[in-house]
This record gives sequence, structure tokens and C-alpha cells, in this order.
Amino acid sequence: MAETNKELLVRSIFKRNPITLLVLGICSALAVTGQMSTAFVMSICVTVVVAFSSLTISIVRFQIPNTVRIGIQIMVIATLVIIVDQILKAFYYELSKQLSIFVGLIITNCIVMGRAEGYAMSNPPIPSFIDGIGNGLGYGFILMSVAFVRELFGSGSVFGYEVFKLSTNGGWYIANGMLVLPASAFFLIALIIWIIRFLDPEQQEKS
Amino acid sequence: MHYLEIIFRSIFIENLPLSFFLGMCTFLAISKQVKAALGLGLAVLVLTAITVPLNNAILNQMLKPGALEWLGQPDIDLTFLGLLIYIATIAAVVQILEMVLDRFLPTLYNTLGIFLPLLTVNCAILGASLFMVERDYTLLESTAYGIGAGSGFLLAVVLLAGIREKCEYADPPAPLRGLGLTFITAGLMALAFMSFAGMSL
Repeated sequence: MAETNKELLVRSIFKRNPITLLVLGICSALAVTGQMSTAFVMSICVTVVVAFSSLTISIVRFQIPNTVRIGIQIMVIATLVIIVDQILKAFYYELSKQLSIFVGLIITNCIVMGRAEGYAMSNPPIPSFIDGIGNGLGYGFILMSVAFVRELFGSGSVFGYEVFKLSTNGGWYIANGMLVLPASAFFLIALIIWIIRFLDPEQQEKS
Repeated sequence: MHYLEIIFRSIFIENLPLSFFLGMCTFLAISKQVKAALGLGLAVLVLTAITVPLNNAILNQMLKPGALEWLGQPDIDLTFLGLLIYIATIAAVVQILEMVLDRFLPTLYNTLGIFLPLLTVNCAILGASLFMVERDYTLLESTAYGIGAGSGFLLAVVLLAGIREKCEYADPPAPLRGLGLTFITAGLMALAFMSFAGMSL
């Protein structure tokens, strides 16, 4: 692998973003982006899980028999997710209630499996760890951009702090109700894909 | 009547891909043709119909606090192992189903076969089980929910594939081609399905 660690970290954020180019991990990207705070927590959880699952799988990659590798990867990931879930429940109970089942669904988040299968199985531990962090950040970047737009224009606030005073509170801003609905995330991600692929025509699909 | 209501709720009002955005990866990836989408949808239906009640039985008989009383261990609470057990159950059912189909129903295996291993890591399947846990369904209720959730996915993915087949003839801006257009289509479908919200049976 000729790439330096820095390139490994940066390329997943824009060049090879897991959501917009590889179409991985979209479920949670849509569902938790109503507010900045839930999107932020979700990004951190996913980054931690991807990084450590890549690290663990990469360390034991020579011991894993090829035929049962998917099962073993899932066991490693599920264990990490249980740890994250328990930590959230213990220290941030309110947040874990808001995220409801989506923390558990990190197990089936294709980003984690995709990186384990596509990178960690054939690379040494340290680059795998960094690749994991990079992919987590790339995922977080999209998540936070979508959440920023949805919370700012949907409810006039950022991270729960009021930015635009809503007309229901005697302010001037009339909230855009559609952005509160999860369906709006589809359109926002489509727009992000449009922008990224416009700037980088290599990613465009052939007709 | 109660069970019928659960089924209809999970198909229309709480449609897994279009209201909760579960199973998106497969939903978007395998919806280029109606035929493939039908195979995928059927595989999801079969899997949720089996795994949701199975996980419900495991939860009630083995994991819940006091459930291990028949072993003489009334104080053990294993619910924290839930995630690990559910995904293991799903993986096991996928494996068994694949072998059974291959042995006894080769034609069906040819249609569903390629999708089955993929579905182990489909959020819709695990999501259905997790919703079952969150809502405290009984065994019968969870069977109804499993069937409904799977049918909802089947319906949504076949509809999306139908629309995408028509979109082949459209001429969108180049950066939007493919994935971008699919996202917008799915968004419009989600809006349409929202009109079911608030309906009661």
C-alpha cells in the first residue's frame, strides 16, 4: 500500500466517501439526521466501532478461516456495538432513548462490514485503524451536513441553540416543516451527491 | 382483528424502508429491475417472518430477567447479550434456509439464492427484530409483525424498481445520474407513503 497514513485518513472524507460513492450505511444517515446532537453522537459511535473493528479484525486476520470469516467479523462488530450501547445507556440515557434502535443497527451498517471485508482483512493493523477512522469521519461529515441543514431550516436551531427565532415564538422565521420529516434527508443527500459528483466527474455513473 | 391491524400498520404506516429507512443499502442497490427486486423482496419476507418470532421466543425463554428459572437461575438477566444473539440467529437462519432451499427447492434457490447471504447484514431484518423487542410483542404479535414488515419491504422495493425502470429513459444532469436520481425517487415515494400516517383501522 503506497498511501501514507494521512492520505488514508483524508481520502474517505471526500474522494471515496462511504455514503456518496460506495452507497454504504445509508439507513442511519437518513434516520438520525433530524437534529445535530443525535447525528453527532451517531457519528462518534460509528467512528469508534469502525476503527476498533478494523483494528481487531486486522490483528487476527491470519487466524480467521476463510469460510467463516463473515460470521467472525459480525461477532467482533456486535461485541463492540454492545459495549458502545451499554456506555450510552449508562452515561447518556436520554440520547440513547432518542437514537432508539439505531445504535444496535450499527452492527448491520454496511460501512463497518465493508471496511472489515474490503480493507482490514488484507492490510496491517495500523493502516486499518486509520482507514476505519477516515471512513467514520467521511460518514460523520455527510451526517453532520445533512443534520445542519435539517435542524437550521427545519427548526431554526443548531445543536439545540436558537439561531432563527421561530414565528411560533413571536419571531420572524417560519419553520420549513418538510425538513423535519425524514423524507427530506433523501433530497439533501441527493443534492450532496450532485455537488460532489459535479466537482469530481470521475465519480459520475455511465449511462 | 388485532393481528390484522399490526400487519397493515407495518406494511403501510410503518413501512420499513420508506418510513424508518431500514435496509436502504440493498433497497437502493438491487432495485434496477423489477424481477430482481421481486426476488429480493420475497427473500426479505421469508426471513423476517421466520426470524422475528424466533428472536421473540429466544428473548422470552432465555434472555429476560427470570427467564432462566427452569435452569434454577432465577436472577440471571441476559438482555444485554440481545444484539449479539439476534444477529447470530439471523445468520444461522440464513445459512439453514440456504441449505434447505438448495436441497429441496432448486428453482426457488436460483431466484432467492444470491440475495440470502447478503441479507444477514440487512438492517431491515435486524431492525424488525429490534422493533419487536422495543414494543414488547407477544409471540403471535411478533409473527404478524414479521410478516407485515417483510411484505412492506417487498412492496416498496418492487415499486421503486418499477419507477427506476421508467427512469432509464430520462435524461438527468450527468452528476445526478444513477444514485442521485434514485435518492430523489425514494424521497418522493417516502412522501407519498406519509399520507398513510395517522390512518387508524
